[in-house]
Amino acid sequence: MTNPVNLTAEEFIYPGNRACSGCGLSTLYRIGLKALGRDSIFVVPPSCLTVMQGLYPIAATQIPSLNVTFASTAAAATGVRAALKARGKENIKVVAWAGDGGTSDIGIQSLSAAIERGEDFLYICYDNEAYMNTGVQRSGTTPKGAYTTNTPIKGKIQKNKDLPTIIAAHNPTYVATCSAAYPLDFHNKILKAISLKGMKYIHIHTPCPSGWGMEERLSITVGKMAVNAGLFDLYEVENGKKTLSGPSAKLLKRETLPRIDEYLKAQSRFRMLSEEQVAEIQAEIDAKWEKYRQEMA
Amino acid sequence: MKKIESGNVAAALGVKLSRVQVVAAYPITPQTPLTEKLSELIEGDELKAEYITVESEHSALAVCIGAASAGARAFTATSANGLLYMSEQVHWAAGARLPLVMCVVNRGVGAPWTVWNDHQDSISQRDAGWIQIYVNDHQEIIDTVIKAFRLAEAVSIPVMVCYDGYYLSHTYMPFDVPDEQIVDSFLPEYQYKHTLDPQNPENLNTVTMPFARPDRDGVTQPGYMDIRHNLHVELGTAIPVFEQIDAAYKEAFGRGGKPIMSDYRCEGAEYIVVAMGSLANRIKDAVDELNDEGVKVGVLSLHLYRPFPRVQIIAALENAKGVIVIEKALSYGNEGALFGDIKAALYPCEKKPFVHNYIIGLGGREIKQADLYDSIKASCTASENFEDVSRWIGLNR
Amino acid sequence: MDECKCEIKTSNSKSGPGDAGRTGSWRVERPVIDLSKCTPAKRQKDSCYLCWLYCPDGVISKELEPKIDLEYCKGCGICAQECPTGAITMVEETSLIEEEKKTNEKN
Repeated sequence: MTNPVNLTAEEFIYPGNRACSGCGLSTLYRIGLKALGRDSIFVVPPSCLTVMQGLYPIAATQIPSLNVTFASTAAAATGVRAALKARGKENIKVVAWAGDGGTSDIGIQSLSAAIERGEDFLYICYDNEAYMNTGVQRSGTTPKGAYTTNTPIKGKIQKNKDLPTIIAAHNPTYVATCSAAYPLDFHNKILKAISLKGMKYIHIHTPCPSGWGMEERLSITVGKMAVNAGLFDLYEVENGKKTLSGPSAKLLKRETLPRIDEYLKAQSRFRMLSEEQVAEIQAEIDAKWEKYRQEMA
Repeated sequence: MKKIESGNVAAALGVKLSRVQVVAAYPITPQTPLTEKLSELIEGDELKAEYITVESEHSALAVCIGAASAGARAFTATSANGLLYMSEQVHWAAGARLPLVMCVVNRGVGAPWTVWNDHQDSISQRDAGWIQIYVNDHQEIIDTVIKAFRLAEAVSIPVMVCYDGYYLSHTYMPFDVPDEQIVDSFLPEYQYKHTLDPQNPENLNTVTMPFARPDRDGVTQPGYMDIRHNLHVELGTAIPVFEQIDAAYKEAFGRGGKPIMSDYRCEGAEYIVVAMGSLANRIKDAVDELNDEGVKVGVLSLHLYRPFPRVQIIAALENAKGVIVIEKALSYGNEGALFGDIKAALYPCEKKPFVHNYIIGLGGREIKQADLYDSIKASCTASENFEDVSRWIGLNR
Repeated sequence: MDECKCEIKTSNSKSGPGDAGRTGSWRVERPVIDLSKCTPAKRQKDSCYLCWLYCPDGVISKELEPKIDLEYCKGCGICAQECPTGAITMVEETSLIEEEKKTNEKN
């Protein structure tokens, strides 16, 4: 059982980097690298992580990384993997890190193809629910009603894509969801993923104080609200079977979950939601958990 | 060993002999048989390589970029709209200084849709910073692919080997397939300075400031413009390096000697026609006909288009009375692409030949011998008032 | 077979701290740990370490008396928010600067 005491103190990213103060990705990246170790190669498209990993000529990350064009993350990772295979260096882990925009929108084509081809690397999508690096524009995973700079008055009209489910439908080796609020869960799921062959996909919920409109200190707390209200669920999908993890699995025992209002009120990006919209969101969560209880309990 | 095969197969055999380790494949006419042949060679264990059937050309070059960065020799091929789709990656590969080789099987670009040959596709990428070589027959295809890998890896700049769709890709010609062992001694194992390596971790191609900036050790490192300037300067160094490599190839295989440009009846010629690709070969017939009539004309086939061999072009052309550029691409709204480059190169010369321009064969429009003969003759016998504009041959046919 | 004396320039970076400079200057508040409430400090035993775990920048040391690297601490306050015993409070930088000034003047 991994806990903060037995988790390695070795760091793989230097401080003084350009991540925003309180960045949810920052915490998860730091902890995630403790599971991945130095025998890794990262592939990173334009995104918050590009900036966080460092601007030339200083790299904050201590892992060899390849910056690539926006749409090509999974394809470039494929190429890296192929080269390592050709050179007999398959022990080196290949990990693609892309944002929600880079995965659900511009990068979905190359990711979908990589899974279909049965490639062998880990793809981590960090979901801060908008194009944050360019200043909070809506993406495929932006929730309905959220303020973004290009949905400034009405809020996003469309519902967000359920990316993990879309990816799971491709039947990769492993699909998992994680949250910055539960970094040890992420750590352990990475360890599991890298022990498997084939395409592995981990979708991580990374609260973004800058883009969500909340105090920096609430990054983890708000992340926990999302999980505990049953909005963002931690789970794994293997062989077509979905299993809830830890904090989300516990919720199965409860008849009613904490209301989603606290989570929404904590973020100014949801300030435009009407009461009806909030009720709609709650109803969807309730329906989803009713289904879970029937299928999983 | 002599074979009679298509141009696409010639290219594929060149790739095989170069011991490419990663191949990215996406179908597009008229390149498709090239990568099909490679899948045959790889599945048949004749070439030990990873064959990745990507879902788009943009991803094809992405795979190559990833593979080359991680220490493997990589290859892909495309045409027309496929090349344009991967255009972002074309610029990327040059700026990242990756030693890739890509065959562009020349085809016109949409819209309107065309599958037939012209040079607009590769010409549209001439500013990206790749080395561009245009070849004229199947022997040159296979020889140049092999040379291209050595050149790319010597200067760390990607190389585009361009050959005409259908005219070369799909026709059959006899050519000699170089001996595998000799190629092995000619072409060393893949070398790249900045391979992704956990033993020596680097963050490749990251965001670069407009200004120079100190690194972790306090040493000032260049800004964006300096890095781009370096690419431009080192593209220039590719010219003598290519000549050296071609000389080494000639020693090993007995073929070569004119890597930058090959001339036909240019010695003592008053007029020189300049063209690229298989068109240059076709012009030889018109040149012969005209010489029989007493017109002293020759044809210069330009192979190395980028970096543009200004010094060699000036040397070849400055003493002519007239230069006639016949080409299959242009800068829309201005003039022929090669025409503009040649005119600009000759501009500082004290004594300049006239330079005329003919656009021909776009979208595979048939090129008749009479077209070539008539236009060259018209230029050779032109008066001083012959307007300096691009003339289109064979319209509305 | 080295025919080219190229001095390739690429934007490849080597790793080091402070890519964004002294990010400690971003702070408006700084975390202050009350060791009398801090679990590992009190028990003199490896335990808790949640502040170290959650710190986005890894500037809290994992030791019995955790220390904060003020050179790079951005002052986000997540450590204070998540500390289960309330051992960490966020104190305004301006008040501390005044205090530090006074201390320096005394010395």
